[in-house]
This record gives sequence, structure tokens and C-alpha cells, in this order.
Amino acid sequence: MEQMKRYHSVRLDKTRCKGCTNCLKHCPTEAIRVRNGRAHIIDERCIDCGECIRICDYHAKVAITDDISVIHGYKYAIALPAPSLYGQFKNLKSFGPVLEALKKIGFDDVFEVARGADIVSRAVREKLREPGLPRPLISSACPAVVRLIQERFPDLIPHIVDVRQPMEVAAMIARQEFCRKHDCPPEDVGVFFITPCPAKMTAIRNPIGQEKSAVDGAISMMEIYGLLLPHVAALQNNPTETTATYYGIRWAAGSGEANVVCPENSLAVDGIQNVIRVLEEIENNRLNDLTFFEGSACLCGCVGGPLAFENNYLGKRAIRKLSNTASKRHPVDDVPASMLTKYPLYFDQPIEANSVMKLDDNLVVAMQKMERMNAILESLPGYDCGSCGSPTCRTFAEDVVRGYCSEMGCIHKLKDQLKVMAQQMVELAQTKRE
Amino acid sequence: MSAFIHTVYPVASGDYTRAGEASADIKRKLKQLGVASMVLRRVAVASYEVELNLVIHSMGGELILEVDEKGISLTSQDVGPGIPDISMAMKEGYSTANEEARSLGFGAGMGLPNMKRNADGFEIDSELGKGTRISMRFNLV
Repeated sequence: MEQMKRYHSVRLDKTRCKGCTNCLKHCPTEAIRVRNGRAHIIDERCIDCGECIRICDYHAKVAITDDISVIHGYKYAIALPAPSLYGQFKNLKSFGPVLEALKKIGFDDVFEVARGADIVSRAVREKLREPGLPRPLISSACPAVVRLIQERFPDLIPHIVDVRQPMEVAAMIARQEFCRKHDCPPEDVGVFFITPCPAKMTAIRNPIGQEKSAVDGAISMMEIYGLLLPHVAALQNNPTETTATYYGIRWAAGSGEANVVCPENSLAVDGIQNVIRVLEEIENNRLNDLTFFEGSACLCGCVGGPLAFENNYLGKRAIRKLSNTASKRHPVDDVPASMLTKYPLYFDQPIEANSVMKLDDNLVVAMQKMERMNAILESLPGYDCGSCGSPTCRTFAEDVVRGYCSEMGCIHKLKDQLKVMAQQMVELAQTKRE
Repeated sequence: MSAFIHTVYPVASGDYTRAGEASADIKRKLKQLGVASMVLRRVAVASYEVELNLVIHSMGGELILEVDEKGISLTSQDVGPGIPDISMAMKEGYSTANEEARSLGFGAGMGLPNMKRNADGFEIDSELGKGTRISMRFNLV
């Protein structure tokens, strides 16, 4: 129903969808419509935040990720566990069991994304010292938040810090180190992110700020959890230690980045609706005394991802406990300065605005559509009931103007129209013969 | 072919629960019209400031958004009390905001200077006991 297709991970399982209005009402970018009794995701608008996956009682919203069998397509496979993975196991006392369990299920090597987060932390710290950048600088770590800004806050794009995601940095280093150690060509090595969210999957297929992702695929944490569980239990006393610091591990549970790059003047907000509210404030210049803003689409940060198994608050607690067993050395001291130039840590492509909110490319036509939209809106009851399949009366008016549905799609308007018609029929029937 | 957007937002004095709603709607409209980011940001800042000024300082009034092909006009018209000394009010850091407003974090005395800085055209006219009218213009071409 909408323009050109853009790849994104969140999809609808038509066989499970009942056509209710739950997802409709919870989508932060108004990207869902119910048509012919089924939900439809407007690809151009979806930012893969996963809110609809969480809210759907029928499990009709799914995230497309790679099947674990994808690793067999390469001679060697490296796992890149998101730090949130450590928060999925109860009573974990050290990192060894998880890191080694990944090798038991088929990976040849493991490189921690938490280590990537340490390196990114150092790079972002440097960025904050660069003169002439707008305030606050906004974290680029959560791809759903970056997509949200591209779509709803295009004027804030210059605020986004142009440092790549920890997953990307980890992938580059992992592949290079593996190839050197095993003397093999890079194409022999597949690098796979163990993801808590669909937005990261999309960020691999459709990278932000870079031409091509260094990651070859994303495997859902939910899918891999069951496979890892028996091995994690059997490896309880494995002595392998984490290569990341306390700070890198804490990136998993919200505010981790803000706390390490700018503890003195940063703000971390979690939950997509909360992030929207604060971005509005930044847009109004009400936070121009703030140095750094970290927004996470999910409550509690990545441990709250729609593909994470554990309850987000339990996951957050687990991460906090476990991070205390890691080195407390600050990434500024722990990551050598040479790292900042050794790998391409920065964006080399501009972040483009997504102009999907625009009614028309031509200003005059857009104004005419807006006038019509306002006239339609005034004729609607304002119940925001969702029966028409659009989330609110306002979006319904917009959909009519965009040509996606007709005004009689509003059942309340239809009822009024029927009443008039019925009255006319009665009058017609009562007309006496002349 | 021509078109003209004209929207009036009534703003009540002291209504902090609804403060910011008019400027939020203005932002959404301008995004739907495809107004360039640089202009949008300036209108966002100015419209929020002017709306909050109506809530904090005025006895009530309205905010009027007008858009044509050439630009955006933002007009604030209130019914009083009027500004005794406009040149003083235009100074950065000067504020007459009351305790309630200050406790909510407003009243830094940057409202009017911020508006002027962000708009391409700025006019202010005030009469004690009658009211204040602020007109701002943002060029699109």
C-alpha cells in the first residue's frame, strides 16, 4: 500500500493475525493499518522497534532473523554475543559458561560485542571533545532510535554521533584477528551477531552511516537460548574470562553508554515513547545545555529487546551483578589510542532523512492535501476507535488524502449516511401518487 | 494553483498541562508539508517559546500559524496585560516570570531574544492593559 519497499525485520504472520487494534494503537510511528481484517505494516514507516511484537496477544508479529544453520555456509563462524546475552541466564557467576557454550553449538570463535562497546565508548568520548558539534550529541547505538530520528526528527540528524555501532566494530576486529591467527582469507569467515532485537537485523541488511555491514547475519537470542542452556549449565565452572570491561558489559542494560562517555552531563532514556518525548524537548532547544543523550527503544535497554528471553528487569539486575566481576578499568585507559585509527570506527555515509511524513514533494500540493485533511478530520467523531483500520481519526484523514482508503471507511460516518438514506427511503415510500 | 494553511490555536493563561501542544502540532504540520530541517528547527524553538510565553505571562490569547508558498508566519496575540518596557523585555536574562513558572524551570529571560534570533522577521507590539502581538516570519524561499 505504500511506495517502494525497504527491508526491515518485523513482519506479520497473516495466519495468526485476528485484525484487532492492539498493534495499531502501540506503533510509535503509526506504521500499522488494519485492512481486510489483517494488520499491514507500512515498510517505509517501520523502525523495527518491536513494540508490536510485544503487544500482540496472538504472536502474529514476528522478527525475521537468520536461522542458526546460516553458519554452515562459511568455513569458519564467529559469534558476536550482544552483552545482553549474559543477562539471559539465572545464577550466572562468570562469563565463561556463555562464551564457551557458544563454541559448543557450532561457532569456531567468539568475539564479545561488549569489547566493541569499550572501543566505541572511547571513540565517543573523543567526539564529545570535538569543537563545533551540536548539543546534545545523540547516541547512534540503538538503530531503532536512529530510524525514528530519520523519520520523525530529521532536524536532529546533525546531533547523531557518527561513531559506528559496537556490533560493527566487533565484527571488523573479530574477522581480522581470526584471519591473522588462522591464516585464512576473510571470505572464509562468517561473523554473526546474537541479537536481542529486530532493529539490529535491519541495521545489518540496511546499514546506517556505512555502505556495507561487517556482520554477515543476525541470530535471534530467543532462538539460540534453548540451544545454549544445557551447555551453560554444564560449563558452570569454566574459567574463561571476559575481554570487556565492567563499562562495556553495562551497555546492555540502558544508560551504559551515557554513564561511560559522559557521566557528568548526560541523559539516558529508555522506552520508545519516552525517547520520543525527550527528542521533542531537544527539538525545542530545551536541552541545549546537555552534552550527551542516549535513547534506547526498549525499556531497560537491550536486555529489554523483543528477542530477549529473560524479563527485562531481571536481565538488568543480572547484568549489573555480573558486570562487577569484570575489570573496572575505564575504557579511556583500557582501550589504546591506536585503536581509534586502526579500524574505520566512524560513519562514511551521511544519515539521510526519511521523508515518509511528507504529504507531497511539492509544497503547494502538500498544503492542498493538508487543507483537505483538516476538513475531513473536522467531520470525524474523534473517537480514535481504530475501527477504520487507522490508529486515530487524524491518521485516517491523512490516509484518505493519501488515497489509501475512502471516507466511508469510518463506520460512524457510514452509520450517519445510512440514517440519512433510510430517512430518504421512508420519505420516498410515503410519497403519495400525484 | 495556490494554497494557504491557516490554523488558530487558543492558548489559556496558566494552563501548564496543555502547554506545548500547539507548538507540537505546528511541528507535525510543518514536517508533513516537507519544510526543510533547518527552518523547521527554528520554527520549533520559536513556537515553543512563544506558546510558553502566552501560558506564563499573558491573560490568554492565541497562536496563529500561516503557511504559504513563500514562508511561514507565526503570530501570537494576547488580551493582556501588555509589556511596560519592550526594550527591557528583549534583553537576555530579563524575566518577569512568577514563582510558579520559575519552579517549573521557565523564566530564564531567554524567550523573546530566542524568538528574534530564530525568526527571519520579528515584530513586537504591546500596549499596557490591551495586550501584546508578536509576529514572526520564516522564509521558505
